[in-house]
Amino acid sequence: MPFKLRGIGLIFPFAMSRFSALRRRLAGALSLSILSALGGLATPAFAGKTIDAIKAKGQLACGVSTGVIGFSAADSQGQWKGLDVDVCKAIAAAVLGDARKVRWVPLSSQQRFTALQSGEVDILSRNTTWSLTRDAGQGLHFAAVTYYDGQGFLVAKKTKVNSAKQLKNAEVCVQSGTTTEKNLADYARAQGIKVKPVVFDKFEPSIKAFFSGRCQAYTTDASALAFIRAKEAPNPDDYLILPEIISKEPLGPAVRRGDDEWFAIVKWTVNALIEAEELGITQAKVDSLKSSADPAVQRFLGVGEDLGKNLGLDRDWAARAVKAVGNYGEIFNRNVGPDSPLKLPRGLNAQWNKGGILYALPLR
Amino acid sequence: MVRPQSASRAVQALLIVALLALLGLLVATTRAHLEERGIRSGFDFLFEPAGFSLGESVLPFDAGDTTLRAFVAGLLNTLRVALPGAALALGLGILLGFGRLADNPLVRGLAGTAVNAIRNVPLLLHLLAWYFILTDLLPAADAPLQLAPGVFLSKSGLALPWWGDNGFEIPELAGFGIDGGASLTPEYLALLFGLTIYGAAYIAETLRGAVLALPEGQRTAALALGMTPRQTFLLVLLPQAWRAALPPTTSQLLNLFKNSSLAVAIGYPDLMAVAGTSLNQSGRAIECLSIVVAVYLLLSLLGAAVSHRLEKRSLRGEPA
Repeated sequence: MPFKLRGIGLIFPFAMSRFSALRRRLAGALSLSILSALGGLATPAFAGKTIDAIKAKGQLACGVSTGVIGFSAADSQGQWKGLDVDVCKAIAAAVLGDARKVRWVPLSSQQRFTALQSGEVDILSRNTTWSLTRDAGQGLHFAAVTYYDGQGFLVAKKTKVNSAKQLKNAEVCVQSGTTTEKNLADYARAQGIKVKPVVFDKFEPSIKAFFSGRCQAYTTDASALAFIRAKEAPNPDDYLILPEIISKEPLGPAVRRGDDEWFAIVKWTVNALIEAEELGITQAKVDSLKSSADPAVQRFLGVGEDLGKNLGLDRDWAARAVKAVGNYGEIFNRNVGPDSPLKLPRGLNAQWNKGGILYALPLR
Repeated sequence: MVRPQSASRAVQALLIVALLALLGLLVATTRAHLEERGIRSGFDFLFEPAGFSLGESVLPFDAGDTTLRAFVAGLLNTLRVALPGAALALGLGILLGFGRLADNPLVRGLAGTAVNAIRNVPLLLHLLAWYFILTDLLPAADAPLQLAPGVFLSKSGLALPWWGDNGFEIPELAGFGIDGGASLTPEYLALLFGLTIYGAAYIAETLRGAVLALPEGQRTAALALGMTPRQTFLLVLLPQAWRAALPPTTSQLLNLFKNSSLAVAIGYPDLMAVAGTSLNQSGRAIECLSIVVAVYLLLSLLGAAVSHRLEKRSLRGEPA
């Protein structure tokens, strides 16, 4: 059977059909689609300042996870809840005056950086670890740390393991797409033990495999381990979180590079939430404290001195953020602390003067 | 429509040049944009240490090895499941196809039920279901089922005597489970099984269709000549049906190869899984995905070319 379009046949032998008209139409469609893809590329997905675009749209596009309880997850009514979610709400309140003006964009761990880089989201607030490679090499800037986490292990008590050092030759279930796999390999190499990772791309199969006994251990950030043990285990008392924390995982929001104004707004809004706790400014008291005599509180609430103008915002920006979601302590307690199913201790995330390492840069 | 050969050649040449130019423009624009946004790009990360390890690998692999080696190990893992999967699917598919054409109503009914039950469930569900059935049913790794001396079945998989680091090894109980020899993990077994039965169901239908499409006269003529039904099927119908069934069967086998990229859903470290992890470690999304695209495309084209050869050969002697 003779082929008229031999050249095309060489490139796409699978496209060889007996119907040359169809073939030609296909080739036409292909070049058209490439042309239109190029057309899309030629114009950048974002132009000008992020803050202007957000104000023009009247909406903040916030990249969140596809569901990590305590940090960002949609509840049964479809409302997004969590520590990372509250950070976006606080920023929306500071910038747009309304914490509800947020468009939530759930992102997988593979999608997240591309979504931020391409302008699909204005901010990535998605339990993402701040590391050198990500901060310096991927076109983003981390603005602040909102949760100091670390990677740990969950094991079944019947394995009689009570230290991560005993995990020699163990099979460890992991969910792909974080720094978790690398930390696990690093730890095993440092300890001189071999562990076999069983890597899943989704959360549910990874924990189901662990609880069915496929792996001797499960590893992820300690905050998530507490939740998995409490909510997913058939019987939480049969499982143990090992004492070793094998990595540092400072989680925080990131923005695109090249927009210093927007970067400053995100950075200082997070600092304001932390400072508010230190100053004792709560969601309930934020209005009444406007009459406070404390100069730091006055400055924070925009009474007298106007800090907002440095950020291109009005003087009430910080007060609005706290009024919308509360101070850092309130956000913590509600989402991951004692008032939440996770019941995580403050630990490293306590204020610097309360035994933790949370230290707001001075708002002055 | 008939055109002079040379004009058609010129059109082809132009089209190819235009396509290549568009591709070049696409690459250049993307690179410029990445640079503008301060995103590092390039394939240099392939030669840096991977930093992660693989749960199972035909190629010895350690976290200190390069990312490139991780990709190769991933590809070998893909082939390790796709090649036996294709062979088994073809065999099982032919059996099921025969079953659906059998005169015996019980065999026909059973084959029909199996084919319809298998192919009407999405492959991802197949994989997850088989995987969790396997991991739930099997005994714990520290109390394995001994099938034969040195052959253990547990949640850690099927352990067999095989050559390992210390020569020929016989698996034995140690630590958390079984040590030594070779082991076929539940991830591998579930993936192989899922791909095999899913591919087989489609191949069976292809074969059945090809046989049924033959003119009825072929069968009646063969029977009239005194051939038994078995001879009729094997000597007259099947050789003719094979020609028609070859192209769609090849597509099914290529589908099986590409479908193996669902492996990461059940924790098998195939090429796609390695690419996903590398993407996360290095942030080179475009680079990692283009490697995967190139590998699947090249291997599929190779498969298509082989099939094209076979097709031509089977058409030899046939009037055009």
